Amino acid sequence: MNNKVKKFVPQLITLLAIILVFGFFTYNAQINMDNRGIEFGYGFLKQESSFDVQFSLIEYDGSHSYARAYFVGLLNTLLVSFIGIILSTVIGVIVGIARLSPNFLIKNTAAFYVEFFRNIPLLLQIFFWYFAALRALPLPQDAEAWFGSTYMTIKGYYVPLFVWNNLDVFLYSILAAIISIVIIRSYAKKIQENEGKQLPVLYISLGLLLLLPLLSFVIGGVNLEIKTPVLKQLSATGFIFEPALSLPPELIALVLALSLYTATFIAECVRAGIQGVSKGQKEAAASIGLTPRQVLKLVIMPQALRIIIPPTTNQYLNLTKNSSLAAAIAYPDLVLVFAGTALMQTGRAIEIVSITMLTYLSISLAISALMNWYNKKIAIKEK
Amino acid sequence: MFKYLKQLTSLVAVVAVMLTFTTETMAAKKSKTLKNTQKKGFVRCGVSQGLPGFSNADASGNWTGVDVDVCRAVAAAVLGDANKVKFTPLSAKERFTALTSGEIDILSRNTTWTLSRDADIGLTFVGVNFYDGQGFMVRKSSGITSTSQFKNGISACTNIGTTTELNMRDFFNSKGISYEPVAFEKADEVVAAYDNGRCDTYTTDKSGLAAQRTKMKNPDEHIVLPETISKEPLGPVVRQGDSVWEDIVRWSLNTMIEAEEYGITSANADSMKTSENPAIKRLVGAEGELGAAFGLDNEWNLRIIKQVGNYGESYKRNIADTGILPDRGPNQLWTKGGILYVPPAR
Repeated sequence: MNNKVKKFVPQLITLLAIILVFGFFTYNAQINMDNRGIEFGYGFLKQESSFDVQFSLIEYDGSHSYARAYFVGLLNTLLVSFIGIILSTVIGVIVGIARLSPNFLIKNTAAFYVEFFRNIPLLLQIFFWYFAALRALPLPQDAEAWFGSTYMTIKGYYVPLFVWNNLDVFLYSILAAIISIVIIRSYAKKIQENEGKQLPVLYISLGLLLLLPLLSFVIGGVNLEIKTPVLKQLSATGFIFEPALSLPPELIALVLALSLYTATFIAECVRAGIQGVSKGQKEAAASIGLTPRQVLKLVIMPQALRIIIPPTTNQYLNLTKNSSLAAAIAYPDLVLVFAGTALMQTGRAIEIVSITMLTYLSISLAISALMNWYNKKIAIKEK
Repeated sequence: MFKYLKQLTSLVAVVAVMLTFTTETMAAKKSKTLKNTQKKGFVRCGVSQGLPGFSNADASGNWTGVDVDVCRAVAAAVLGDANKVKFTPLSAKERFTALTSGEIDILSRNTTWTLSRDADIGLTFVGVNFYDGQGFMVRKSSGITSTSQFKNGISACTNIGTTTELNMRDFFNSKGISYEPVAFEKADEVVAAYDNGRCDTYTTDKSGLAAQRTKMKNPDEHIVLPETISKEPLGPVVRQGDSVWEDIVRWSLNTMIEAEEYGITSANADSMKTSENPAIKRLVGAEGELGAAFGLDNEWNLRIIKQVGNYGESYKRNIADTGILPDRGPNQLWTKGGILYVPPAR
């Protein structure tokens, strides 16, 4: 037996075992479903769902299909994960750096926050934020305006409604601004490398980002109408704000709980990353005359990031998967809408659970792929 | 001798095959679920996670309610003891999977009988033990006394995975009212959210509203609106494919209702054995062979009445005396103006 075969045989046996196990489960499920008169198939996705969802990013009501209900849930899951990842990263980085602060108060506050929030089960925190919010927030008729004309109430956070005309022109102008910024940046880099001159890239970028969208208003026919929320009476004691965009309290509570919880872990990753860079690096950088800011930006952070990114990816994945706890507080995410209501109405447990599992797997793999790409980009390049 | 060996073996084979056939049919007649239940020594029953009057556990874990009594009746019939029931609390979402996967044998959990549930998902509804309809609860202070006063933008709290979500949509659509559905997985969270003011109205089956009202901070501040927007016949469910077990559950429920019709109660059941009326005698096992078809003895129905009581007793004990719905409404016998009418036990 040569080496090639020796390597090949265990792999083949493993593969066969996996196929057999899967085959057995599929066969078993088929027999049992046949016995109980349950049919298998994904045809139900085209049927009318006939249930409504509280909060949706795309147009949806009960006359749409189950497939569309799936996308409603998926987008809501992605929304909560996206906001959660950004917020938890911001909080995590700040707290992580704060834990290394020489200031006693800042250092210990950060440490207390981390120990407190990461040691309480997430579901409890979600319930806490949700029901604490429901108890603490005013009814719409008692709410006071924040920042002019937004209202934080028990029924949601009401913000003015933006009604756009020619929104696409506006979006194109932003896109054009971003593209020109990218071009200018690479041009500036080239000039710095060749002539040693530094262009004021930041100001040019900001200027472009303001100027182009502004132009779209002046000559592009874009126009924005802002409708401020007005209190509307539904019954003797029932009020809402209209017209307004309402962010449901379920979303706010979920984002808060997920971000505060995950941020504790990210803070620890950041602390580990910064402490992982040897002291000599900092001293060496200072000795060649770099300012403390430059030391952090050019010497410490690039090395710390290599330590921070891989464990932080895990936290992003955890946050995304934990967002499925939304079902407990009525935020219509994938689990509540699709693996909840849709599963119940159709009774197609195997089909729906398999789709849901596959979806979470795909989201997680996509996040990992993105983070791995970034990790590779900042990895040490041997020259 | 060896000459006939071939014939002999084929004869033995034929006899063996015939024997297996007969034992097969006997076993089939006895029902797999029934056999398993008798072997285990308890009935596996799926109930709600706590709905006063229907299925609710007290501090020491004793389950009571009209839904619970259906399972107790089956236990009395097939095992001889109404207490030999293992209750599994299930959410609305989990209930059908628990039944079709074989985790429980009876689902008695305020479940609405609909065509698609009956036909699609491998279930069989065996009867109705409570006629209900969906309604709305609002705060008294809102001044709303009828659903016609609902306005655009109203928010409604409810459970996911129930017919409630569908009826709610039909109702608001037909009235042309835009609404915000806030659907929770568990009933306790629905009640808490509504009670805190998250929603303007709370919608579910009217019996459920009446029961959940008792859990609120101040029950007197809430009223159930008079309109009923749907038919909700609630009843026990079994898995498809075991018709004997299906019959046992169906006729256990029917026995309770018919016993009330003939005035047989847990107190007087024994003395009814000497009744003049053959229908009564059949119901207490003194005449006929009613149990044989199920593979049960002849006093299965007597045990149900003695240990659990008739439907009226169960209703009074669980729903009327607890103040949930003192008026029986449609859940009164057909002879007394209600719609409870079961086929005769003969």
